[in-house]
Amino acid sequence: MNRFLLPLSIFVVVVGFLGIGLTLNPREIPSPLIGKAAPEFSQPQLYEPEKTFSPADLKGKVWLLNFWASWCSGCKTEHPVLMELAKSGQVPIYGMDYKDQRDEAVGWLQRWGNPYPVVGVDEAGRVGINYGVYGVPETYVIDKQGMIRYKQIGPLDPDTVAKKILPLVQQLESQ
Amino acid sequence: MIPEIGHFALILALCVAVVQGSLPIYGAAVGNSALMAIAKPAARAQFLLVLIAFCSLGYAFAEKDFSVLYVAATSNSQLPLHYRLAAIWGAHEGSLLLWTFILTWWMFAVTLFSKHLPETMRSRILGVMGLVSVGFLLFMLTVSNPFERLIPAAVEGRDLNPLLQDPGMVVHPPMLYMGYVGFSVAFAFAIAALLGGNLDAAWARWSRPWTTVAWCFLTVGIAMGSGWAYYELGWGGWWFWDPVENASFMPWLAGTALVHSLAVTDKRGGFKVWTVLLAIMAFSLSLLGTFLVRSGVLTSVHAFATDPKRGTFILAFLAIVIGGSLALYAWRAPRVGLGGSFAMVSREGMLLANNVLLVAAMGSVLLGTLYPLFLDALDLGKISVGPPYFDSVFAPLMAPAIFLMGIGPLAQWKKAEVPDLLKRLKWAFGVSLVTALVLPFVMGKWTPLLSLGLLLALWVVTTAVVGLRERLSHSNGTGLSDRMAAVPRSYWGMLVAHCGIAVFIVGVTMVKGFETESDVRMNVGETATIGGYTFRFDGTEDVVGPNYTAARGTFHVSRDGRETTVLYPEKRRYTAQNQVMTEAAIDPGLLRDLYVSLGEPLDGGAWSVRLYHKPFVDWIWGGCFIMALGGVLAISDRRYRLAWRKEKEPKVAPVARPARCEVA
Amino acid sequence: MIWLTFIMALVSGPVWAGEAQPLGDDPAVEARLKHLAVELRCLVCQNQTLADSNAPLAEDLRREVREMIVKDMTDKEIVDFLVERYGDFVLYRPPLKATTTLLWVGPFVLLAVGGTVLVITLRRRSQKVVDVPVTDEEHRRVEQLLTEGGKHS
Repeated sequence: MNRFLLPLSIFVVVVGFLGIGLTLNPREIPSPLIGKAAPEFSQPQLYEPEKTFSPADLKGKVWLLNFWASWCSGCKTEHPVLMELAKSGQVPIYGMDYKDQRDEAVGWLQRWGNPYPVVGVDEAGRVGINYGVYGVPETYVIDKQGMIRYKQIGPLDPDTVAKKILPLVQQLESQ
Repeated sequence: MIPEIGHFALILALCVAVVQGSLPIYGAAVGNSALMAIAKPAARAQFLLVLIAFCSLGYAFAEKDFSVLYVAATSNSQLPLHYRLAAIWGAHEGSLLLWTFILTWWMFAVTLFSKHLPETMRSRILGVMGLVSVGFLLFMLTVSNPFERLIPAAVEGRDLNPLLQDPGMVVHPPMLYMGYVGFSVAFAFAIAALLGGNLDAAWARWSRPWTTVAWCFLTVGIAMGSGWAYYELGWGGWWFWDPVENASFMPWLAGTALVHSLAVTDKRGGFKVWTVLLAIMAFSLSLLGTFLVRSGVLTSVHAFATDPKRGTFILAFLAIVIGGSLALYAWRAPRVGLGGSFAMVSREGMLLANNVLLVAAMGSVLLGTLYPLFLDALDLGKISVGPPYFDSVFAPLMAPAIFLMGIGPLAQWKKAEVPDLLKRLKWAFGVSLVTALVLPFVMGKWTPLLSLGLLLALWVVTTAVVGLRERLSHSNGTGLSDRMAAVPRSYWGMLVAHCGIAVFIVGVTMVKGFETESDVRMNVGETATIGGYTFRFDGTEDVVGPNYTAARGTFHVSRDGRETTVLYPEKRRYTAQNQVMTEAAIDPGLLRDLYVSLGEPLDGGAWSVRLYHKPFVDWIWGGCFIMALGGVLAISDRRYRLAWRKEKEPKVAPVARPARCEVA
Repeated sequence: MIWLTFIMALVSGPVWAGEAQPLGDDPAVEARLKHLAVELRCLVCQNQTLADSNAPLAEDLRREVREMIVKDMTDKEIVDFLVERYGDFVLYRPPLKATTTLLWVGPFVLLAVGGTVLVITLRRRSQKVVDVPVTDEEHRRVEQLLTEGGKHS
């Protein structure tokens, strides 16, 4: 009798997995860099190209690194959330302009507002590759020691900011 | 108005399906003839109603009725009529309607060709098919309605995906569905047999032709899908082990095992329980495939638009149908008696070994397809499982099966003599081995895989010749043609189908071994040489199609100075969605394909161009069609023709059979 | 003058055409790139290999890989570079790790189990099933039925 129940048992297990699968997103690629040091870079700044922007400058601070571009529609969606967050002053958001044109980027920020104290320019996309960026927008939470603690894939929304980002930032600040 | 008629027809069809799925099965259980007799008219009514629904949707497409949401999403006023009609199955909702429509075709066919079946069996079979139909109709009417209205109506449709605007689109899905859905008949036979508690050899004999026909369609459907990807997608690939491709291949593997297992059960009454399980598996894999493609659980280039509600519905349906059948199997199978016994080395033994190999292969495809999901669900990271895995795993499992294919038909039933087999096969083995080792050198390159592929293909053909010769020498008749006529069609069918596999293997081996590719930048007037052929680029011109504009390149192809052909690849921009698509130009040939695909326009009128020389690639699909032809020959065997003729004769009143005590 | 015209006439037609240049600069590098890229997954068009995808990120990654090849990095180093940044997702050939052992070993285990079950079941049956020998009388009757049956068809 037992061996006749085997096909059914295997099937039940498979259905269980398929059911869980319905709640997952197969296209999302989690970052292997979480818990590792944020990759080094030294990029020219958007507004002052003679100056550079590097994560080493921000050691000792908890900050967000937001990859964005003027051609990206998701970035426009999340922009109000970034502006809110920047205004609240709870955590600084630094921008990285990804594979974009300088004047388009400047114009875009002028139009929609600038939440970033500094914006780096990654014209060739190499910084993006080092950070494992595969689409924009993507945002990283980086701690005082320069380690990546969280990656947001896609636009930020108020819910995620309130429930995930801010609590994490507070926790990292207290360390 | 017409879409509403279609919608209403579906609702009526659901009601009929509910009746068809319940009363006849109950009637069979208690021996009520009146209830059992409902099955046939119900099935035919369902066919008619779904036909009406299908034609209503077709009408909406033909008349460019953009007030129907589905039509607006997949059609366009500039889309030519034949593609507007093919767009019926261009996306999720419509393809479900096609699925259901084809299911009613098979139901209708069962009502036509089942006079020889006992009434209990027939009513159960149609009842089970009715239950499956309930699932699909309910699915459509709740979360996937093709007749949903768009108010206000769209001014213009979004257009059919340009990749689908192609003759392959017109034929591939219907063929594929005829196969997938056709396995529901074998499934229904198995369930009916389990319900009835009688799994004698007759069940297998009745089930065989249905299974073989479905298998033929599936073979052709998969081959067409592969051929279509080859010429449409522009990078010369023909199989990517994409989840959707695997979703169609797994039922094929199970179906092939089933066809062979049914042969054992039919002829020798053995392994009935295993055959029943295979029949359940084949259809379950079809349903699983339907789930995988539409639920968003796996990424695929082929996946329909996804929605968690839809995924949940299909999963629930899957759980009920497959879970229910496997539970029934667990309950009823232990009572089924054993068939005749046989030695391990015998034709039965080899057919079963073939089954083990095919099922292991199917299992490994399933494992590879679902593994990323398993790991992700267990939070163990995200991986990808692609062609490198499947190629490494599939070939070693299939090679022994191909090897057995040569021995099996020559082995005797019940017990085969090993020394005798060795003697009969040694010529075939010797010739195959030597040719396989030598031929690659002659062709210019030797690798172990090349020889292995050729060895397997030659083995199949040489053993087929040996088998045929032996068969002919034993049959009645004086001349060769007499003797050949005496060999039953089912034998020819097997021979042809197996040789189809050999042809397929030759195609795969040669293409993988000898194909060449060249990525070049071509200015007007420049030439590139590949595979001995010289391609001269003669510039592009702008062309306007019914719903696209294109840059059409002209390539003069020559060999040894003589012109072979002119190829016109295109780079199209479809106006509706501003989508760019590459239309490759192919010169097919018996021994090679020449393939040109435009890349990107560069400065100065130059283009980046990709050229391929693919030897024997058409043998891949040729082999598949030959396999299907073998199946057709097998079904046209005399015993089925006789049975069919008997169906049309006026019947003597059937003896009412007392129902067995199934309620135990 | 007449000779000039003559020569122009000779070279103006498509009599002598130039040979098309390969797209990449160095065929050896391109060959290695292709060899690597067909086993890598495009992160954007996730159903294409890095070799076939036209996505901007795919072009950037191919550029990166080319640079690494030129720098004489080994295949393993290049693959590790990508896995460090994108995880195992980028590999179409799943790496052999603890979590993928079942994947790689599974098919062969399945085959072994299937084969063993087949052999055991066959052995057990041949002990269980007893063949009823056919008597001569029954044999004659069978022959009779077969030939008679033949007449009716």
